[in-house]
Amino acid sequence: MKSDAFEPKIVAFCCHYCAYASADLAGSMRIQYPPNVRIIRTPCTGRLETEYFMKAFENGADGVLVAGCLEGGCHFVEGNLCAKRRVDYTCEMLEEIGLEKARLRMVNISAAMARPLADTITDMVETVRNLGPSPLKSNGKLKQESHS
Amino acid sequence: MIVAQRKKIPELLSIVERHRKVLLLGCGTCVTVCLAGGQREVSIIASALRMAAKLKKRTLEVEELTIERQCDNVFLEQAAEATTKADAVLSLGCGAGVQALAERFSGKPVYAGLDTAFIGILEERGVWAEKCAACGNCVVHLYGGICPVTRCAKHMLNGPCSGSREDRCEVYADRPCAWQLIYKRLKEIGQLDRLKETQPPKNWRPSLSGGCRTIVREDHRV
Repeated sequence: MKSDAFEPKIVAFCCHYCAYASADLAGSMRIQYPPNVRIIRTPCTGRLETEYFMKAFENGADGVLVAGCLEGGCHFVEGNLCAKRRVDYTCEMLEEIGLEKARLRMVNISAAMARPLADTITDMVETVRNLGPSPLKSNGKLKQESHS
Repeated sequence: MIVAQRKKIPELLSIVERHRKVLLLGCGTCVTVCLAGGQREVSIIASALRMAAKLKKRTLEVEELTIERQCDNVFLEQAAEATTKADAVLSLGCGAGVQALAERFSGKPVYAGLDTAFIGILEERGVWAEKCAACGNCVVHLYGGICPVTRCAKHMLNGPCSGSREDRCEVYADRPCAWQLIYKRLKEIGQLDRLKETQPPKNWRPSLSGGCRTIVREDHRV
């Protein structure tokens, strides 16, 4: 498969109160973002466990995006801060496994930030596109230089 | 409870390198509470091992199971069938659980997936601290319920070392001085007079120094 034919599959966990609402707003505002993301709505990013990210990668996701509320603006007070720590922990584990940690990213988006959400998704898609398909897939190859 | 922490994935992968089909066995007791070897951790580590093996082009099948308790033969029956089907068992139980498994399934390789650390409690979310050294000769009643053997870095039995700074331990500045805690506690319960009693050197014979310890209760034997 040619590298330019690769379209990353990104799983995006979006919290109900902010990131998912901003994706909704992006739709209402006709703001385009790459169709590579599969959005999963969660009540709060604090609900997400390391397990969720690991299963996403194991089942073929090229990248995982976690989008929660702005820090200090979580509907459940500190759910997004919990998620941040879990994402950091998972990144460490991805490095132990030998997978590029850049494939997992957490961002903070408010319900009004439709344009930044679209930009974030575009940036994430490009990052993962540059990394190539997940090496866990049969056509994937690990990019060693991406480790930092 | 017994507190443990997981080994790193590369180490786990090397531990099971001789095998193609491994049972990752969690324990529903202490290590579940300290978030090291319960059902969720089994799921996470199993995924990690499968992915790591795939990246190394190794064939590794990881089955997942968590039983109620690994350190009790009665509960080990729950793992009998899955153990039979696997080439080896990678236990996410404590050291006692791992050895109970190895004794119960004598023909099966059993490995430890966790580093068992200490007997302790959850101090705050995500922080566990050692509270008991299992020395076999408990003296906590003399010190207001605070164990200087475990919690004083120098195991002082007759007062502080005088090195503490602002209630902090001289050796581990992020930990409270055990003797400061003992003083406060004894004062609170009106037993400061206990500090006037001089304690003799501790009897370490019942501790681990003599090797594996056993307790025999004749009244319970059959």
